[in-house]
Amino acid sequence: MKIGVVTFPGTLDDRDAARAVRHAGGESVALWHNDADLHGVDAVILPGGFSYGDYLRCGAISRFSPVMEPIIKAAQGGMPLLGICNGFQVLAEAHLIPGALTRNHELHFLCRDQKLTIENTNTAWTSSFTQGQEILIPLKNGEGAYMCDDETLAMLEGEGRIIARYVGENPNGSRNLIAGITNERGNIVGLMPHPEHAIDSLTGPSADGLGFFTSVLKALVK
Amino acid sequence: MAKIVVDVMLKPEILDPQGKAVAAALPRLGFTFATDVRQGKRFEIEVDGDPTPAQLADVEKAAEKLLSNPVIENFTVRVEK
Repeated sequence: MKIGVVTFPGTLDDRDAARAVRHAGGESVALWHNDADLHGVDAVILPGGFSYGDYLRCGAISRFSPVMEPIIKAAQGGMPLLGICNGFQVLAEAHLIPGALTRNHELHFLCRDQKLTIENTNTAWTSSFTQGQEILIPLKNGEGAYMCDDETLAMLEGEGRIIARYVGENPNGSRNLIAGITNERGNIVGLMPHPEHAIDSLTGPSADGLGFFTSVLKALVK
Repeated sequence: MAKIVVDVMLKPEILDPQGKAVAAALPRLGFTFATDVRQGKRFEIEVDGDPTPAQLADVEKAAEKLLSNPVIENFTVRVEK
């Protein structure tokens, strides 16, 4: 199974994302922002970083990169798509998922290991987890506060589309402690913390993040 | 030459931590006038000659598509001489 990992100018976590894909047993394929061809991949990851220096708004410029056109089309057709951190911001800017990410409520850039609960195991990226499972993965962002209007929030809660929530004190001001959400179909997931940095205990605080990558491989085999 | 100015502001219901930080800094400097501060973005767009209605309509479209994120922001477009 081939998983594409996109590199925009300013992307930081593409190598870790590719490593996580390989660690989970998949084949990683590097996708370049300026190449409008997906090279036959079965799923795509938009990794974290500071694409285009976060100019204008985080993800606002990347969202119009040539590679995004076929990604948006494929994802709307059901291809699994995971946006991590900056990738989550790109998904929001592309309106593939509702809401937006804004500056952390305390203004500080956060970098720490964060506990989450997995709240929806029916998506392409979360089926390896159990409902309510607590995981520990790094969180590092300056603009990670998930914002949406009341109506959207009620819809996300009602449809079970919040896939992960922060445990304990709200780290960044996200509404309802939202760490990640999915689209209606469950193939697109946006996640603020970084599972690709927690795939083995040698390099991460845990191996809890690996589940996102094994999930998509299972989803693709089906 | 005329300039097209696009002002982008966070919607009133969206928390603006930057504006809050500025509002908190003002009284520390002895400025006690502010009850609230909101921070936004201003784009100055230059065109040849006076902007035409078609150009202004395009700027509106660009402001909605790129310069602002309608989920969290409002914008205004005006011409400045």
